[in-house]
Amino acid sequence: MFRSVLLLLAVLSPAASRLAADGPSIDVLRNVQGATGATVARAAFRTLTSVGATNLIPILEGFQGATRVGTNWLRGAFETIAATEIEAGRNLPADELTEFIQDVGNDPSARRLGYEWLLQQDETLKQRIVPDLLQDADPDFRRDAVAMLIDQAETSEGQQATELYRQALKGAVHDDQVKTIAAALESAGEPVDLQTHFGFMPEWKIVGPFDNREMKGYAVAYPPESEFDLTAVYDGQLDTVSWQNIATDDDYGIVNIAEQIENYKGSVMYAVTMFRSAAAQDVQFRLGTPNAWKLWLNGELMFEREEYHRGTQMDQYRVPVSLRSGGNTILLKICQNEDEQGWAQRYQYQLRVSDSAGAAILPSGENHD
Amino acid sequence: MIRWFVMTLIICPLLLPQSRAADWRQFRGNFTDSVAVGQSLPTELSQSVVIWQSALPGRGLSGPIIVGDQVVITASSGYYDDRLHIISLDAATGLQVWERRFQATGRTSTHPTMCVATPTPASDGERIYAFYSSNDLVCTDMEGNLQWYRGLGEEFPNASNSLGMSSSPIVIGATVIAQAESEAESFVIGVETSSGETKWILDRPRKSNWSSPTVLPTEGGRSALALLQSAAGLTAVDPDTGTILWSYQDEASRIPSSTVSDGMIIMPSSSNGLTILQPSTDGTSYTLIRSARNARPARPSPLVADGKIYSVNSSGVLSAASFDTGKRLWQMRLDGQFSSTPLASNGHLFFFSESGMATVVRPTEETGTIVSQLDLTEKIQCSPAVANHALYIRSDAHLWKFAKRD
Repeated sequence: MFRSVLLLLAVLSPAASRLAADGPSIDVLRNVQGATGATVARAAFRTLTSVGATNLIPILEGFQGATRVGTNWLRGAFETIAATEIEAGRNLPADELTEFIQDVGNDPSARRLGYEWLLQQDETLKQRIVPDLLQDADPDFRRDAVAMLIDQAETSEGQQATELYRQALKGAVHDDQVKTIAAALESAGEPVDLQTHFGFMPEWKIVGPFDNREMKGYAVAYPPESEFDLTAVYDGQLDTVSWQNIATDDDYGIVNIAEQIENYKGSVMYAVTMFRSAAAQDVQFRLGTPNAWKLWLNGELMFEREEYHRGTQMDQYRVPVSLRSGGNTILLKICQNEDEQGWAQRYQYQLRVSDSAGAAILPSGENHD
Repeated sequence: MIRWFVMTLIICPLLLPQSRAADWRQFRGNFTDSVAVGQSLPTELSQSVVIWQSALPGRGLSGPIIVGDQVVITASSGYYDDRLHIISLDAATGLQVWERRFQATGRTSTHPTMCVATPTPASDGERIYAFYSSNDLVCTDMEGNLQWYRGLGEEFPNASNSLGMSSSPIVIGATVIAQAESEAESFVIGVETSSGETKWILDRPRKSNWSSPTVLPTEGGRSALALLQSAAGLTAVDPDTGTILWSYQDEASRIPSSTVSDGMIIMPSSSNGLTILQPSTDGTSYTLIRSARNARPARPSPLVADGKIYSVNSSGVLSAASFDTGKRLWQMRLDGQFSSTPLASNGHLFFFSESGMATVVRPTEETGTIVSQLDLTEKIQCSPAVANHALYIRSDAHLWKFAKRD
């Protein structure tokens, strides 16, 4: 009997539930990649979901360092178990989930997943925890926190409203919310520097045009791809070319080659800028351009894309990169084709540096807001 | 037309081993032709024939599919539209049976008129295959349990379009076929339905393409083939091996998809209008029959029913042409613009405009007559589905079921 009681206590305690968790199955799911491993993953999925609620927190813990596909396997397992528990009339482990959600050291998307399910059984959860998540690593938590502040500001007046908008701006990473806040602060006499808020890179050196007729220049490695010499003079498409300064005061950091220089049809331009990082860190380069492009960091090709005039928008491309401490050289190759339609005339780009939530990461020495 | 019915009866068991006759399992139906045979749908559309209307958790241009007593639909949500939903509803009540949510692993940028949940899911009756603009290909069983997950956006990182991708997968036998084509990278993949493993991959033309694969039934015991459309033309592929059996070189349209009816392929061509190909009975070759330059469907795919080919142009003009001769029979203007491919059932045509106007047309040899209209007041860009004498359509916010009242 004594042994049975101990066993029961062990099963009911949070620490023990982790001991009882199916770590090997979770490991299988979190490491799934590509086409391989689905058969093994399916078996692990069945094992995990058949055991039930005991595995909920360990599954969320498994998000840390999981592959992106693996994360979705874990997500599917969590939701299957959670839905089964709710359908059976059982509560999800509220205390453990709340603790997991509030621990910012845990994976942001796992915390959000746990939150959304716990919210179904605890309507007070949002008011209790979201206000503290204004600068969270999860963009949806930020969005909720910002929305709550905007709601409060809209029912407040004067300095109180302005202060609420100031607070909201500190967490806002989504453009629609930033626009709302910026308009309110502008009305209050406090214009917002959107370029800095989002972390756009406004100052570049640019060289070109080089030949891209018949879109052949995209594949040609012109000299700026192989050497970094801002004093060099090159044979360009029309004449000799050299590096020129170009800057933009556009709120969204758009460097408009067509307007600021010329819409050279069938051409290639290279643009370079320097980002000084306070430390070695993983960030995202968020690029928007309707033109074909290649992107290098410190001489290494990060990504390239040969697509012309399929629209452009802020954060159109998110390229994960690792900055080194100190100076980092960002080189962009921007290509224009020869299409004559009205919608095929844009020749521009915008690039910002952010964390994974979309919050600006500014070069060292610059203050944010 | 009789030949078509006979062929359908022959092919059906080969194509879909556990086929339920009443199911609607993929974009434009089991035979990707938007024809619902033997269905008694309400033609007098009004609120009185709305059996239920269910709220959806996200946007979608994807259409519903019906498998047994489940209506399955996809949606996408979130600021970056990166939350992928698969929702199963009870066909009788419209109540949610289950929902699963995943996080997109590929790009989610689209034009505002599109969204990540644009491709219609597919099913073989045992599993659901949900495909998204992000090139996530997700397989669950009919209870929502994940069976396999392919992050094709990671595996083919440049196979995206900044306007969004829309090609809907099809299932033939034990293969789910997903097509993703853009200027930067293009592929079509045949995935084993039970394991999620790759059976074959074909390089495709690097040109933006929003069309979907089409089922080409064959005779003589051979599996149906997959027709792949692109700016380069039309290609017939063995779904089991990926072997290309033939290619017809023409500048095919890149939005409306080909249709197969009465043993003929109706391919929308950008340069030559609606083009008719006659495949051999085993599908291994084809003969060009004719092209009709005056018939150029815009976004909706062509539809063949009762000896007529129907197409809707960018001005919302419905054209009817003789299937046998290609001669235009009549035209009529419908209200609005259309992304949705119309549906033919029991002598009537069903249209859904982008502004949400549902229109039932009764066609004859001489003209088309509007039988009824119902303004659903919400943007509709998906194609309808039919099963068990009920019609289903969705907007970004809702899914409706229409049926005659008992």
